Amino acid sequence: MGRIVKVGVLYSRVRVEEKWLFEALDKRGVAYDRLDDREVQFALDDPGPWAQYDVVLERSISYGRGLYACKILNAWGIPTVNTASVADTCGDKLWTSAALKKAGVPQPELRVAFTPASALEAMEALGYPVVLKPVIGSWGRLVSKINDRDAAEAVLEHREALGNYQQNIFYIQQYIRKPGRDIRAFVVGDRTITAMYRSSAHWITNTARGGKGTVCPVTPELDAICQQAARAVGGGVLAVDVLEDPDRGLMVLEVNHTMEFHTTVPTTGVDIPGLIIDYTLEVGRNKDRFRSHYQPVPREFGDEA
Amino acid sequence: MSALCPECEAALSLADVIQGEIVVCPDCGVDLEVTEVQPAVQLALAPQEAEDWGE
Repeated sequence: MGRIVKVGVLYSRVRVEEKWLFEALDKRGVAYDRLDDREVQFALDDPGPWAQYDVVLERSISYGRGLYACKILNAWGIPTVNTASVADTCGDKLWTSAALKKAGVPQPELRVAFTPASALEAMEALGYPVVLKPVIGSWGRLVSKINDRDAAEAVLEHREALGNYQQNIFYIQQYIRKPGRDIRAFVVGDRTITAMYRSSAHWITNTARGGKGTVCPVTPELDAICQQAARAVGGGVLAVDVLEDPDRGLMVLEVNHTMEFHTTVPTTGVDIPGLIIDYTLEVGRNKDRFRSHYQPVPREFGDEA
Repeated sequence: MSALCPECEAALSLADVIQGEIVVCPDCGVDLEVTEVQPAVQLALAPQEAEDWGE
C-alpha cells in the first residue's frame, strides 16, 4: 500500500469520460475534489487550496484552460496528469511534429509557411493532395484536404479572412492514402493498453466526426511506435493517432493529451478510466520519482543526435 | 427526477445525473448542463463549443 493521496480533477464538462473517472476514484476510495474550470482561481504567490492536492488530473475540454492551469500547478511543484509541458507539445501540431522528428518517429512529410503565397509554393512542392491544418485545434476542425491548385487558392484565401493569427501559420502535411481507417492507440505510463481502428468512408476518421471503432490488435510494431511517440512528447496518459501508409508502414499523425474514450471502452472492453486513475495515483504517491517528468521537453528541430 | 428543457420546455426524465453532466434534450436536440441536483434537477443550456475545445 502506498500513502494516501488527494486528487483534484479539473474539468469543463462532465462527459461520459469524467463520469467513469469519478466512478473509478469512488471505487478505489480515493479522496478527490471535482474542480470546474469555470470556477477555479489561482493567486500566483500562494497556492492556497491547491496545495492540498498530491496530483491534479487535467480533463479540461478547453485546451487553454487546461494548459495554463497545469503551467501554474507544475510551477508550484504540484504534479499534473498530463504535465504542462506535454500539453504544450501535444496541443500544438507543429511542436508535436518537432518532438516526433527529434525522436525519429515516422510521420507524414510536413511543410510550414506563413503567407498564402509561400503556403501555395509549399503545397506545390509537396505534391497534391495535401492536408492543411490549424496548428492548434481538435476534432478535425478546419482541417482541409486539398486536391489541386484551385482548391488550395480558395482555402488559403478563406484562411486569411478568418482573422486569427494562428490561421496564418500554415501547417501543410502530405496526404497519406490510408486504407479507409486509422488507429487510435492509448498509452498509459510505459504501456500501450489498447488500440482501436477508426473507419470511415470520409477521409477524416475521428469518431467525433462519425468514424466507427473496431478492435485493433496491439502488435509489437504498433506498441513500439506508440511508446516512441509517447516518450517523444514527454510521456503520461496519451492517445496516439497512427496511420498505415501502404509503402512506408506505420506513422504517427498526432498525440492527444486529454483524450476521449467513450467509443474505445465499449469497443475494446479495456478499463481505460481505471488505468488512468491508477497511473494518476502512482504519480501522486511518487512525486519525486516523477519529478523529471515535469521538465520541459527540449524544443529543437533537426535530426536525432 | 424530471426537469424542463429551457429551450423547448420538453419534460426530460433524468436518472442518476450528477452536477455538471451534459444531457441532450430528446425533443429539440440541444445540449443541456445539469446545474443543480438537489432539491430538484435544474437544467441550463450547455456552453457552446469554443475554438480551443478538443482532445
